[in-house]
Amino acid sequence: MTSRNRKAVIGTDEFIKGIWRENPVFVQVLGMCPVLAVSNTAINALAMGLATAFVMLMSNTLVSTLRNFIPKQVRIATYILIIATFVTIVDYAIEAISLDLHKSLGAFISLIVVNCLILGRAEAFASKHRVRHAVLDALGMGIGFTLALLCLGGVRELLGDGALFGVAVFPDGFEPWIVMILPSGGFFTLAAWLLLINHMQQRKEAKTGRVQEVPR
Amino acid sequence: MYRTLVGVGMFCGLLIAIVFQGTLPVIERNRAEALERAVFAVLPAASQRTTYALTPEGEFVSDTDAVGQRVHAGFDSDGRLIGVAIEASGMGYADTITVLYGYAPEQEAIVGIRVLTSKETPGLGDKIEKDAVFLENFVALDVRLDPSGETLQHRIVTVKRGQKTQPWQIDGITGATISAKAIGEILATSSERWVPIINEQLEQLVAGESDDES
Repeated sequence: MTSRNRKAVIGTDEFIKGIWRENPVFVQVLGMCPVLAVSNTAINALAMGLATAFVMLMSNTLVSTLRNFIPKQVRIATYILIIATFVTIVDYAIEAISLDLHKSLGAFISLIVVNCLILGRAEAFASKHRVRHAVLDALGMGIGFTLALLCLGGVRELLGDGALFGVAVFPDGFEPWIVMILPSGGFFTLAAWLLLINHMQQRKEAKTGRVQEVPR
Repeated sequence: MYRTLVGVGMFCGLLIAIVFQGTLPVIERNRAEALERAVFAVLPAASQRTTYALTPEGEFVSDTDAVGQRVHAGFDSDGRLIGVAIEASGMGYADTITVLYGYAPEQEAIVGIRVLTSKETPGLGDKIEKDAVFLENFVALDVRLDPSGETLQHRIVTVKRGQKTQPWQIDGITGATISAKAIGEILATSSERWVPIINEQLEQLVAGESDDES
């Protein structure tokens, strides 16, 4: 393998790891506040995931671009400033796109500022890597986060409302499991997904006889 | 260090200002449209509206800068007053419920209702927005004035499902008793205040259609 090829592989790895191996929700279990709160319908979950992914992409890009100019002592303050700016932009954008969506996401849009996932990527990755890698990392993590939220939102809406993206799926006789769209349903669904994913991970390890390093 | 902070701060501030300016007209248009839809939903026969404010002196003015609680008068295409859409709120089961309801002076009845904000329990309390039998109550809910013209002849009251016998009663929802009662209470309190005022000032609302904003 030439060095050029290896670099390309590293690039794809930055992208892929966020989606599967280091999935922010299912493996790192970060950003639980929006994950549990606004995954009650697939639409809410998708909007929240995309908003978070956008903020992460923009803040990672800017932090990585400015990484040589930001003094160490004030780096966290600067990151928060940058993140808060893009969250405000997303807030206005969502309100302009759909008032109903803005209403159903409520305070959780502003709360993206304190999503530890975004600050974590800025501090742990973007501030130490080149812009290209930071962008790939943010895209991977953002897509991973969105997919995870969709997994939760889809299951909860399907069981709790008998619909998916607002379109009825089950026949009329279906009695919705109301608990699934209530807050406790978020915990149940997350637990079920974590169980499934950990089980798959363990089976894979047993097969290959190799213990995979879980990032902390 | 300060240079970086000030620089990043200024850049971020500028970015927010640009986005705010860019989205403001769209957001305002969305809000106006949402209000318009809600007003026409609670006054089905109306096709244009004028917003009035009730001044501290107890008069309705259509001046947009006037202070005071706002109501929306709906007119049909000939400029005849159809009714008035009024916002009202009160405590529900989970949080404050805000509703917009339409009062038609000619029928002396509430002719439509729409829940604007509520955090009622999904699947139970939120039936106040979806339950067909419950919504049927607000096609013509009697709020007739008594002969003195100062209070209502009958206060609106929520009864158990299936026990509605009078036009001023609301047929409740089984499984959402508190939310359904809350709606009845909100409407009762608000209609007792507004219906006498509107009937007294009816001429002002009709006269105001000449400077209709739409």
